[in-house]
Amino acid sequence: MAELKLTDLQKAYGHVKVLHGINLHIEKGEFIVFVGPSGCGKSTLLRCIAGLEEITGGTLEIDGMVVNDVPPSQRGIAMVFQTYALYPHMTVYDNMAFGLRLAKFSKDEIERRVQNAANILQLTPYLDRLPKALSGGQRQRVAIGRSICRDPKVFLFDEPLSNLDAALRVATRIEISKLNESMPDTTMIYVTHDQVEAMTLADRIVVLRAGYIEQVGSPMELYHRPANLFVAQFIGSPSMNILGATVTAASDSAIEVDLADAGKATVPVGGDAGLKGQKVSLGVRPEDLFLAKTAKDAIISGTVDIVEALGEVTLLYVKAEGHPEPLIVKLQGDVKIARGDKINLSASSSVLHLFDSDGKSLSSARQMAA
Amino acid sequence: MHPALQGLITIIVGVGGCIGYFYVSNIFLDKVLFPAKGPHAGRNINRANLVRPWLFLFPAIFALGLYLAYPVVATLWLSLTDRSAGGVFVGLANYSQMISEPKFWEAIRNNMLWLIVVPAASTAFGLLAAQLTDRIAWGNIAKSLIFMPMAISFVGASVIFKLVYDTRPANQDQIGVLNAVWLAFDGGAPSFIFLRLVPALILLAFAAFMAYGIYLALRPLIWGEASHGGGSWWTVPLRGVVALGGAWLLWLSLKSIFSVLTVTLPYGEPQTWLTITFWNSFFLMVVLIWIQTGFAMVILSAALRGIPEETIEAAIIDGANPFDIFFKIKVPQIMSTIVVVWTTITLVVLKVFDIVYAMTNGQWETQVLANYMFDKLFRANDWGVGSASAIVIMLLVSPILIWNVYNARKEMR
Repeated sequence: MAELKLTDLQKAYGHVKVLHGINLHIEKGEFIVFVGPSGCGKSTLLRCIAGLEEITGGTLEIDGMVVNDVPPSQRGIAMVFQTYALYPHMTVYDNMAFGLRLAKFSKDEIERRVQNAANILQLTPYLDRLPKALSGGQRQRVAIGRSICRDPKVFLFDEPLSNLDAALRVATRIEISKLNESMPDTTMIYVTHDQVEAMTLADRIVVLRAGYIEQVGSPMELYHRPANLFVAQFIGSPSMNILGATVTAASDSAIEVDLADAGKATVPVGGDAGLKGQKVSLGVRPEDLFLAKTAKDAIISGTVDIVEALGEVTLLYVKAEGHPEPLIVKLQGDVKIARGDKINLSASSSVLHLFDSDGKSLSSARQMAA
Repeated sequence: MHPALQGLITIIVGVGGCIGYFYVSNIFLDKVLFPAKGPHAGRNINRANLVRPWLFLFPAIFALGLYLAYPVVATLWLSLTDRSAGGVFVGLANYSQMISEPKFWEAIRNNMLWLIVVPAASTAFGLLAAQLTDRIAWGNIAKSLIFMPMAISFVGASVIFKLVYDTRPANQDQIGVLNAVWLAFDGGAPSFIFLRLVPALILLAFAAFMAYGIYLALRPLIWGEASHGGGSWWTVPLRGVVALGGAWLLWLSLKSIFSVLTVTLPYGEPQTWLTITFWNSFFLMVVLIWIQTGFAMVILSAALRGIPEETIEAAIIDGANPFDIFFKIKVPQIMSTIVVVWTTITLVVLKVFDIVYAMTNGQWETQVLANYMFDKLFRANDWGVGSASAIVIMLLVSPILIWNVYNARKEMR
């Protein structure tokens, strides 16, 4: 039920800057996912919002009120930790009731709220147990239940699934998704390094790197229109192939590029003639590549180095001349291609991405200008 | 021969003898007794492996038997006989004589006081020190200073505190710190604040704490409250005992508040602290608390560090203040360690001898059981009563020792 506004939010430990001025506006009831490689500052950002870390600079507003110096318990937030952080000496019931008792709720109200949360999460049979008598998934549900009880305005998740095994992770992910649907007014902020969680849960994803926001957008926006090389390679699995190229011609409607020792490509993004001769990067997702009949139709040709047949898809690692990194191709189904085969690869021009020498997407640059 | 050289030779002979014993006896077992060759090689290997543990355990079992098990049996026997009459069996006569002596009951009462005050105070101060020194830059220096008394022997500590409590005639400079401070009070307003108001408030806080403790202990018994988690049958008598002990301490503290506020204090006269009956026991206890606080602090500090940081952060988000975090999150999580520390100190206290022996020798109503035993055994040469009191000490120590070992093992699992 809350709107969050981060204005130039900074965090430093001594002289080490961890967050370099984060600007972000989170709408009421949104499900926001912070994603990024380890050490990018996503957990720190979440802990700053929670109030567990002091904010060094800038402001954090919840519902229009600056809460930089408001203690965590009065920010109307609840947090689910990676390691569950259950109180080991308290029963499930007491774990959920602890915060409510401190907040001096009446006994009946506590009972009602705990029973309600236990119902939602199917924890009713376990209320009298200690955390050590529960499985990992149950523990995480208790941790979520503890947060539901507090009826928070903002729900914070700090990598809640990373301590669970693969099967349980999927089940709990779906549960969190359902929980989000059942609480449409509650804003949720979720930290993860797992892009599947990010893509499936988020309304909007915030991609962070080294304390800077790289891009904010819906999952599909990030997939189809990455703002820069980092986001392009971070979202999607296997990650996007990046090929070095030189611009040969540029017009308002398209840019023609020449791939080193390989083919040519025309990318339908606008540019000005000044780009001509510049070094750029051409990005193409493994799943967008397909086999071309002749070398003439192909963007690039190469030799198959490794074949990974997974049944539903086949992954090819292709060595192309002039490109040090192997090209990854994801083909549907079981494909009859063996190691050492020479293949020609092509892609529809609409799925090609072009990045300038600084890694910025040329298509998004055009959109911004428009 | 130089004594240091002698010591060195002793060490070499002792350690060499041990190694020699294990090495030679092992070879004897494998080569001579059950050689792993010939027609019965397999059987011999099995037998050798059955014998080997006992071979290696033998020295320890022998030493424990000679110096621990035998003395216990012998003491029990001595306590039931009369040595001066040629060792005739006298049944429980020694015990009944001991029970009729007021000095024995004084020792029992003092031991009970020691037993409550010293472990409680040491654990409490140790926990406080561990918590306060946890996150500060000079915390490690403070910890080292608090731990240092552990390196001093009980007798050494007693000598130090005898100087603290020392008394000189009024017209001389006091070398005892306590008297020097005492003489600075003259009955004015500061005296009222520091010698009546502050102690009374501390005692009042203690009394309130005790009352709360009694309430907590009895609450489930009176209201039959259904606790989440359940309990065992033995918690009922345990709660009763705790409540009774608490009630006694509550009564003592309330009585003390009254006396602190009304007693006429002899301002300007140097006090001989160790002759003030009842309170002098506490002056002796201070020595042991001073020593044991460091022990408690080190163990509890390690336990505090072992608490997962997230549980504390979760409590902060739940709205817990520092007191809630300490008492409701941290202390319960290290409760098993607190119990081990408490019982370990209790064992030290039950055997306390050196401090009393060196400072008052049990005079002025400071007698404790161990010193009483020493008095009877080696001063009065009353072997019967002395042995009887030794048995009493052993009976008091045993249950706590078993409980302690049980907890320590549970802790290790």
